[in-house]
Amino acid sequence: MAKEIDALMKVRDLPAGFTAEPGSTLAFKTGDWRSMRPKLDREKCIYCGFCYIYCPDGVYQDMGKDEKWYKPDFDYCKGCGVCAHECPKDCIEMVLEEV
Amino acid sequence: MAGKPIGLEVSLAVAEAVRLCDADVVAAYPITPQTHIVEHLSELVADGKLDAAYIPVESEQSAMSSCIGSAAAGARTFTATSSQGLALMNEMLYIAPVLRTPVVMAIVNRALSAPINIWNDHSDIMSVRDAGWVAVFAENGQESLDLTVMAFRIAEDPRVSLPVSVNIDGFTLSHFIEPVVLPEPGEVAGYLPPFRPLVKLDIAKPVSIGLLGTPESYTEARKATDDVLLASKAVVSEAFADFRKHFGREYNLVETYLTEDAETILVTMGSISETAMTAVDEMRAEGVKVGVVRIRLWRPFPVEEFKAAIRPAKNLAVIDRHMVLGVPDGPVALEVKSLLYADPVRPAISNYVLGLGGRDVTRDDFKHITKRAQEPEAPGRPRFELVGVWE
Repeated sequence: MAKEIDALMKVRDLPAGFTAEPGSTLAFKTGDWRSMRPKLDREKCIYCGFCYIYCPDGVYQDMGKDEKWYKPDFDYCKGCGVCAHECPKDCIEMVLEEV
Repeated sequence: MAGKPIGLEVSLAVAEAVRLCDADVVAAYPITPQTHIVEHLSELVADGKLDAAYIPVESEQSAMSSCIGSAAAGARTFTATSSQGLALMNEMLYIAPVLRTPVVMAIVNRALSAPINIWNDHSDIMSVRDAGWVAVFAENGQESLDLTVMAFRIAEDPRVSLPVSVNIDGFTLSHFIEPVVLPEPGEVAGYLPPFRPLVKLDIAKPVSIGLLGTPESYTEARKATDDVLLASKAVVSEAFADFRKHFGREYNLVETYLTEDAETILVTMGSISETAMTAVDEMRAEGVKVGVVRIRLWRPFPVEEFKAAIRPAKNLAVIDRHMVLGVPDGPVALEVKSLLYADPVRPAISNYVLGLGGRDVTRDDFKHITKRAQEPEAPGRPRFELVGVWE
């Protein structure tokens, strides 16, 4: 049985109609769903932006013209591997998530 | 207060009630036997007699989706359907209560397929009885109109803010011309305050509506909705009492007829109750102590009021208009048995399913049922009967 201490939401605290304020999904860290994580080889990266475009969760952040790479936000990356599949230079490898 | 009754087809009376309530949005798809309601509403909108958006949707699933969105946008919202149309709305029916969107829907009750059948029974509403809607049943034309007006008041009350269905027997009510008193528009405005939505799509104060409920919150969201539905009973009573003050017609959650000294009570819902009362009059003339308890408010189930109403009876004959396949009882009987099971003293309960797919329900049926219900319980003989089935 769920302990009350674990309760994220209690009946009495729920907003009417089970609504949420804008931006509330930021608090929902989906990164802990991950079993594989993308590992980048920045030597091979050509800064094409495919990972940034294809990522279904928008976790890649453009690091700019000086750094020339895209950095995943592991708070939200679910480890789906779409970036590794689409990378034209095979510079993203999916490796086992070590906890 | 009491106007002059006019002869009006009950479907049109319901549509006129929606006009008197000044609905803002009607999203509906025509289906027999509900069609005349939305047909008349589309005429009222086209003729400028009702200032509403009429959305001729491509399916009932879209109708209910539009209604949920419309109610969330703060518009007074109405739809109507029957049978397969209600079935096609199914997934949206379960969503509206949790989102607290106060849609009002007339369900012109009709049998579910198969076989295809356009006539009256309660299989459509009974198949979605757990969806979380407030549900009331009308007995005649005047009730169909009055309950539609009251449905808006109940649904939109911020203590409720739930969808409400008004159940009207297909053809037996919907297509009959009955004497009805139409309230004046001003009278309705005095009874039904402007809609102030509890949950609203508002660009000034944006919220997300229709969210994911994870294992950590789904149970709580369901419980929160159930709490509101159960508590709505008091608001329904209040709306009925206030209706009497404004319009002079009395409504109760459960109605009784000649039950004071009744040894046997027939439990009914909807239009067959009038036939039952006529049969009771005839049986009373022959000295049979029988009465009728009619459940008007089906959801939330008025447990205390029902128990008080049936108290004098030794025998309870529960009548169902829907056959639950796979279990030897109809839905009303299942619930009545369940809620009386823990009581130390309870009547002998028997169940009768009849009037399926538009088959006539006659006074003789009620006399037969009363006789059966009075028989002592025989071992091995189920206290259940599919009345009039030809085997």
